[in-house]
Amino acid sequence: MTEPGALVSMQGIVKRFGAVEALRGVDLDLGQGEVLGLVGDNAAGKSTLMKTLTGVHQPDAGRVFFEGRPVHFRNPHDSRARGIEMIYQDLALVPSLDVVANVFLGREKTRRLLGGLVRQLDERAMEAATWDVVRRLRINMDSVRKPVSLYSGGQQQAVAIGRAMSFNARVIVMDEPTAALAVREVGKVLDLVRDLKGHGVSVILISHRLQDVFAVADRVMVLYGGTNVGVRRVAETTMDEIVRLIVGAGERVS
Amino acid sequence: MTADSDTAVAAAPRPRLLPFAWDRVALPGFILLMGLVFGSLNPNFFSWTNLTNVARQSSVLALLSIGQTFAIVSGGIDLSVGSLLAVVSVLGSMQLVAFGLVPGVVGGILAATLAGAVSGLLIARTRIPPFIVTLGMLSLARGTAFTVTGGMPVVGLPTEIQWIGAGSLGPLPVPGVIAAVAFVGAHWLLRRTSFGRYVYAMGGNEAAAIAAGINVRWHKFFVYCLSGFCAGVAGIVITSRTLSGQPTVGETLELYAIAAVVIGGTRLGGGDGSLIRTLFGVIVIAVLGNGLNLINVSSYIQLIVIGAIIIVAVGFDLWRRERRA
Repeated sequence: MTEPGALVSMQGIVKRFGAVEALRGVDLDLGQGEVLGLVGDNAAGKSTLMKTLTGVHQPDAGRVFFEGRPVHFRNPHDSRARGIEMIYQDLALVPSLDVVANVFLGREKTRRLLGGLVRQLDERAMEAATWDVVRRLRINMDSVRKPVSLYSGGQQQAVAIGRAMSFNARVIVMDEPTAALAVREVGKVLDLVRDLKGHGVSVILISHRLQDVFAVADRVMVLYGGTNVGVRRVAETTMDEIVRLIVGAGERVS
Repeated sequence: MTADSDTAVAAAPRPRLLPFAWDRVALPGFILLMGLVFGSLNPNFFSWTNLTNVARQSSVLALLSIGQTFAIVSGGIDLSVGSLLAVVSVLGSMQLVAFGLVPGVVGGILAATLAGAVSGLLIARTRIPPFIVTLGMLSLARGTAFTVTGGMPVVGLPTEIQWIGAGSLGPLPVPGVIAAVAFVGAHWLLRRTSFGRYVYAMGGNEAAAIAAGINVRWHKFFVYCLSGFCAGVAGIVITSRTLSGQPTVGETLELYAIAAVVIGGTRLGGGDGSLIRTLFGVIVIAVLGNGLNLINVSSYIQLIVIGAIIIVAVGFDLWRRERRA
């Protein structure tokens, strides 16, 4: 069932909320450096599946493998420790803080002062590291010292991705990264996804915008009513087929 | 692009959380203008005696405003600081009388810090808003100060305590030095430490702070302990100046502390602000009060003028932000 060499493999994931069965035995495989589109109607189980992967939810049944070994993520800290980062749609940035502060929020670099008595933020080191990420991802940004609220939605998305990258992320889950963006910014964010892939980072892209998924994803996986109703290579499918699967009109597989 | 980036790294090692226009130019300009007007109307304004007087008188407000800045930047507010002055004044004085100088000073500061800790615990642990918790503490603290003294002042304090409020270090007034040291230390704390960064994060986007793994509860608790501590130090200064324990001291001073913060340009919603701005806000209030006194404007009129300035300053700040955005 598991593709050989899958970085992440979720098998038979079941998640219930009271009487509601949100996930009914879902399988998911993600290869190293692969971009997987995750699509489905509202309440199809996309978010629940990703929250199970990142440790926000614990599955009621099923197993998760990372690099072939079984893992149990009790909370997002556990999954983050393995290099799995989730970028939520609201990005979880602090608008009034600058790019550097946002990238390093919660794990600031500090240096000791007065013989180790106190710790002071090491702004120089954090700024240099931020520029490294900005260059690596080729983010178009003239300053990392401006509050992120002054940047466009696409640039803020880039900051959130840069933050994930500076955690040495190996898997980045992006929840609707292009939904709130101006048209001309969508292409830039998709370029970023390709860059991540180029750096060997695996990406799970949750999106309602099929044209975005088809532009960057290697494979696309469709959820319907908490079930995996199909996985297709993007090169071997059409938007029509995917739309049929999303609305539940396709034949069930797997 | 790359060359530009390198220059930026080299040229901007300091954290800049917001581009400064208002607190770099407008507010200092306004202070300068006030100085010129008051100085030309009364030459005594620029005398060393008067300027040190301003520092002495405004040091209590300055100390309260420091704690208030942390509370407001963190997305909260501390309405209790004026009443905490009375607690320190009364309890500190009683301890000064009973146990002497050092126990009195330490005990007074500790009392206010503990009151701040109680507020902080409630704010961190419950969903009661900071406005309500500290409003309750405002009444609680004032009531306690009246109750333990029966409404009467505490007298018979050791006279050495007067040095804190009236003494000088060379040419500099001691309370001014205390306030200045506190400002420098607090500025470092807010701008150069992880704690300070989290204060901004909690006020700017609490959900993001939690998602980043920041212990929001602990840091909120600490913010109100810090505000209480600042009120404690301010209370010792005021006790030294009055050489008695007064349960009525500091009434409405919490409003001036909030005014100093917002005149400086710190947004009440949190996530933004600085102690440099607050310092300018304190100076505006202090210079205005002193200057109007020198040109014999009644204290009633002063209230009107300060009220108008609060509204105009915040209105101007909002207009500036909207124009930039």
